[in-house]
Amino acid sequence: MPPLGSLSQDLDRRDFDWYADKLVEILVFAGGFSAIILILGIFFFITREGLGFVFSSLDIVEFFTSPRWRPTSELNATYGAFALMAGTASITGMAMLIAVPFSIGAAVYIAEFAGPRSRETLKVLVELLAAIPSVVWGFIGLTLMNSLIIEVFDVPVGLNILNAGLILGLMAAPIMTTIAEDALKAVPDHYREAAEAMGATKWQVTRRVVIPAAKKGLAAAILLGVGRGFGETMAVLMASGHAINIPGSIFDSVRALTATIAAELGETAVGSEHYRALFTLGIFLFTITFVINLTADIIVRGTRKR
Amino acid sequence: MVAAPSTPPPVVEVNNLRIRYGKEVALQLDELSVVPNEIFGIIGPAGSGRTSFLKAVNRMDLFDRSMDVEGSIRFRGRDVRTWKNVYSLRRRIGVVFPLPVGLPLSVYDNVALAPRLSGVRAKSELNDIVERCLRRAALWDEVKDRLSSLGSLLSGGQQQRLTIARGLSQDPDLLMLDEFSIAVDPVTTMRIEDVLKELKQELTIILVTNLVQQARRLADRTAFFLGGRCIEIGATDAIFSGEVKDRRTTDYILGRFG
Repeated sequence: MPPLGSLSQDLDRRDFDWYADKLVEILVFAGGFSAIILILGIFFFITREGLGFVFSSLDIVEFFTSPRWRPTSELNATYGAFALMAGTASITGMAMLIAVPFSIGAAVYIAEFAGPRSRETLKVLVELLAAIPSVVWGFIGLTLMNSLIIEVFDVPVGLNILNAGLILGLMAAPIMTTIAEDALKAVPDHYREAAEAMGATKWQVTRRVVIPAAKKGLAAAILLGVGRGFGETMAVLMASGHAINIPGSIFDSVRALTATIAAELGETAVGSEHYRALFTLGIFLFTITFVINLTADIIVRGTRKR
Repeated sequence: MVAAPSTPPPVVEVNNLRIRYGKEVALQLDELSVVPNEIFGIIGPAGSGRTSFLKAVNRMDLFDRSMDVEGSIRFRGRDVRTWKNVYSLRRRIGVVFPLPVGLPLSVYDNVALAPRLSGVRAKSELNDIVERCLRRAALWDEVKDRLSSLGSLLSGGQQQRLTIARGLSQDPDLLMLDEFSIAVDPVTTMRIEDVLKELKQELTIILVTNLVQQARRLADRTAFFLGGRCIEIGATDAIFSGEVKDRRTTDYILGRFG
């Protein structure tokens, strides 16, 4: 046994490992904290550019109810965003009609029914699908889908809610599939075995045990898909027709909030009323996506507590 | 060795069974039969092939690609591997696993699952089944006021009794218990043991247990598995009074092992 004196020295000596540990702690803290700083920075930036306008000259009632978005009118510029909101909502709704059954179905197949080989293949392909740039999807909408819709449904214009919704649905489905599959995989195997040992068929196990157990994760997957739908810009801009319109059918062209910002921001003078009106749209979008993501996050957290 | 009473045909009949995982033989059983309305105890150390045996009877070997079953296991006179509808086979055989599996459903839905799978829809009938099975598993009094709370939130011992209730809710011909008392306190274990003795009137029970005394209390006949072989099968009384073919059986029972 070493003498007590040297032992107490040993206990107080800060060696290399101790410093390395502290250094890493500081680095990862900075990394984690930067996310908070960035989100606050973005929020500060868009509110600074848009909020003054909201309080000084924006007619809130007009913004939410009027379909007249005429920022460039010389005599009487109006900033009614209702048609843009309707455009975004209808495209997202259409996209979810397509993406939800596709992605949940794909996730159930990959997680529950597929053999190991087809599971691995499918997962790689789905992730590959998620990596296709949105401008490529937009291009497919603009050319392929456009002519296909005109031909099949015999309508004059193929750039409409159906087109943008289809494209957006196909874009959102892979990410939703991946998240939904993670949620299903998180259901422990002994639940499946217990249910199967009772004589439940694969589908009965899935429907009565696995899906109820994973329902919060599945809901989060769908909400993240909705968030994606609200935020997507380029593909929607190219496939929706970009016409201000309160839609009456899925064959009407519409314009989305995001596409409006992308298309108009480059042509406005910095600081002008139009410029600041676009930032107001940005605040609105930011708020909505923030709420959707927060909801998804709260739902997932609820699952973890269990 | 005491022969099984010869009149009724056996519920489970095993001939030249060999269970392998890859090249490793987990269990080699030349002959074994379980007769109706008996409790058939299986004792033996870990790795002696007891759980593999239960899995093979219930065709749970299908979950495990590496598990390979040869020979024949007949349930009610028919080789289990010739049942085309494996689900109907499993519905006749209840299994209770060593670790409790409260499915992430409500307590009620946990017990109502098996009847629902076999097509029971009437609410009153389901209520009856749920109450009867929970009472039998000695759990009713503790959960009757919270049937709608999650089964997976119950305590370990409660979940195990829930698992037993679920096994009973299938109304099985054969109930297989794999070390059911591992997560249950002694008092509850005794209550469940009393229930098993009663249940024997209606069904056949295979009881795999680590507790030698539990086999002694419950089993009509007991088999001793060791290293993937069945060393001994006989009337429990005989085995525990030292009438054995193989000395190792007595050594194991008395804890003189290794």
